[in-house]
Amino acid sequence: MSARAGAATAVPGGAQAAVEHYLGEHTRSAGSLPGAGTAWLRELREQGIERFADLGFPSTRDEHWRYTSVAPIAAQRLRVALPAPVPAPEALAPFLFPGLDAHRLVFVNGRYAAELSAPGSLPDGVHLDSLAQVLAAAPERARPALSGLALRTGFDALHQAFLADGVWLELAAGVALARPVHLVHLGVGAAEPALANLRTVISLGARAEARVIESFGSLGSGAGLTTAVTTVVLAEGAALEHFKLQEEAATVDHVARVEVRQGRDSRYTSHSVSLGGGITRNDITSTLEGEGAECTLNGLYMAAGRQHVDFHTTIDHAEPRGTSRELYKGILGGRARGVFNGRILVQPGAQKTDSQQSSQNLLLSREAEVDTKPELEIYADDVKCSHGATVGQLDADMLFYLRSRGIDHGTAQGFLTRGFAQDVIDRMSIDAVRERLERLVVTHVPGPESAQVSP
Amino acid sequence: MLEIRDLHVEVDGKPILKGIDLTIRAGEVHAVMGPNGSGKSTLSHVLAGREGYTVTRGSVTFEGKDLLEMAPEIRAREGIFLAFQYPVEIPGVNNTYFLKAAVNAGRKHRGLEELDAMDFMQLVREKMKVVKMKDDLLKRSVNEGFSGGEKKRNEIFQMAMLEPKLAILDETDSGLDIDALKIVADGVNSLRSPERSMLVVTHYQRLLEYIVPDQVHVLAGGRIVKSGDRTLALELERHGYGWIEQQGVTAA
Repeated sequence: MSARAGAATAVPGGAQAAVEHYLGEHTRSAGSLPGAGTAWLRELREQGIERFADLGFPSTRDEHWRYTSVAPIAAQRLRVALPAPVPAPEALAPFLFPGLDAHRLVFVNGRYAAELSAPGSLPDGVHLDSLAQVLAAAPERARPALSGLALRTGFDALHQAFLADGVWLELAAGVALARPVHLVHLGVGAAEPALANLRTVISLGARAEARVIESFGSLGSGAGLTTAVTTVVLAEGAALEHFKLQEEAATVDHVARVEVRQGRDSRYTSHSVSLGGGITRNDITSTLEGEGAECTLNGLYMAAGRQHVDFHTTIDHAEPRGTSRELYKGILGGRARGVFNGRILVQPGAQKTDSQQSSQNLLLSREAEVDTKPELEIYADDVKCSHGATVGQLDADMLFYLRSRGIDHGTAQGFLTRGFAQDVIDRMSIDAVRERLERLVVTHVPGPESAQVSP
Repeated sequence: MLEIRDLHVEVDGKPILKGIDLTIRAGEVHAVMGPNGSGKSTLSHVLAGREGYTVTRGSVTFEGKDLLEMAPEIRAREGIFLAFQYPVEIPGVNNTYFLKAAVNAGRKHRGLEELDAMDFMQLVREKMKVVKMKDDLLKRSVNEGFSGGEKKRNEIFQMAMLEPKLAILDETDSGLDIDALKIVADGVNSLRSPERSMLVVTHYQRLLEYIVPDQVHVLAGGRIVKSGDRTLALELERHGYGWIEQQGVTAA
């Protein structure tokens, strides 16, 4: 990481060099990406690379990126990931949830790996497929969903320029998918740092219900960047529980965006857990476009060493009687840095909005740092909105209590850290996910040697 | 078993204990009584190894070893148990999970095999009877949402599980009604044995009607000003601490 940071500051005028590099990558890859023969898709990718040429990578002068420098990413010359050899099935095991019975789709370096996937049988009214397959079979069908993304940052633009594969999940009205969908994204290390793009399109018809788990992991020690864009459209009364577990290697950066549009009385629940990655940025935005919609955003981030993790969430209450609940917890050790920016927007007319936000952070070392910021913009007068943020250390009385029973300092610290994270995990409805996360949280607690550093 | 010699302790530069001498032999139950601010809790905490206390003079040996050198968890594994006056609530940490780690840490220290889940649960069921613990408290987070009585029972339950050589009961009677007090005292009494010593720290004589001590010490102004048998507790009850302070002045 430090070598990369050094390179970033050493390249004046690097922005132009980056643009030229990615223009070259675009030319090189354009013909080999899925749907290359489809005119509108080619144009979409061209729009992407042009937009990237205008925007470049965000800088810390941009308010939304103030606390997150992406200079180490900008300094890299990422190669667009080409289809990689598919690893053996055993390689997948560490990223699965023991006991989980799910429709499983696996992607390697951003491309669908049929050999590792097990979509299983799907009920009528459910369309689950790789995006590449949809683009090959019925590209027009995907056009509206892929064309509508506002390219706000250079990352959005890059994502669109190299749009390749991903997931298509569509449920007809009234269909409830009993088994969850598990999407596993694996990055396989290559000689050069690679750019992997994933696009997930989820669309639920009226009263349809589904649970989707997205996992991101790394095999080997390759560096690179993952960009993931997930769009969700929930029709009236639809319900989605959306899990994300990011456990990529510390040499991999991760920039992701989730855009949700909620219809009347729909429910969207997100559990976003970030444990891995070097620089990780998640933007989650839900717009409550219909009356009485419910949005729940839960999050947990753990970072150690020099990891940097940034969550920007926006809940846009556009219509009356909407409910939102947000709980984010961060655990930071070593020299890690965390950012939480929680924006709540209550539009004029969105009366009877009921919104609660809580951001809680635990710092396990003196050098760890967190910036937590609520952003409430309220333009209606009959609303209930509350927010709170805490930053603290492990409780000395609790530590002593555990140690007085014979539990060593490091283990006691692990217990308390897990205890801190527990209520976020408790909110998840899938046992197998909860159980694996409980174990993961323990193994990710920064150890005593990286915590409590003396001044 | 425990030998305290000329123990001086400061908190934030302020002397609290000013020369304590106390010897507890195997199987003995000693009570330390004293008014508020006499240093009773400081004594319990220093023995358990809590941070924030500075020993400026004196020594404490436990079974011939220097206790003050040991980290709190090592003291616990060596056989010291502190029943807290205010048991700490620990949200998100499961009571059973915590206790299993504690029991096995002690067993490992003593060169015993760790208990597996089944043997552990069998031990739990057996020991729960000691204080009539309710099953559901095991599934909850450590002390979270427990009533005052449940917290104190949980302390004695932990003591039964950990089978210490020296149990220090820090104002275990505080905040208990008479029924809860009896349950807790019965639990403690059932754990009395010729190998196990106890140090019962209390403000009131009431607890000593149920846990009958071999010796009673009166702590005032950071010193033990009077020692005697159990009748000393009754005298204190009759005359109040004012009486002992006068005695202390006379003795000095």
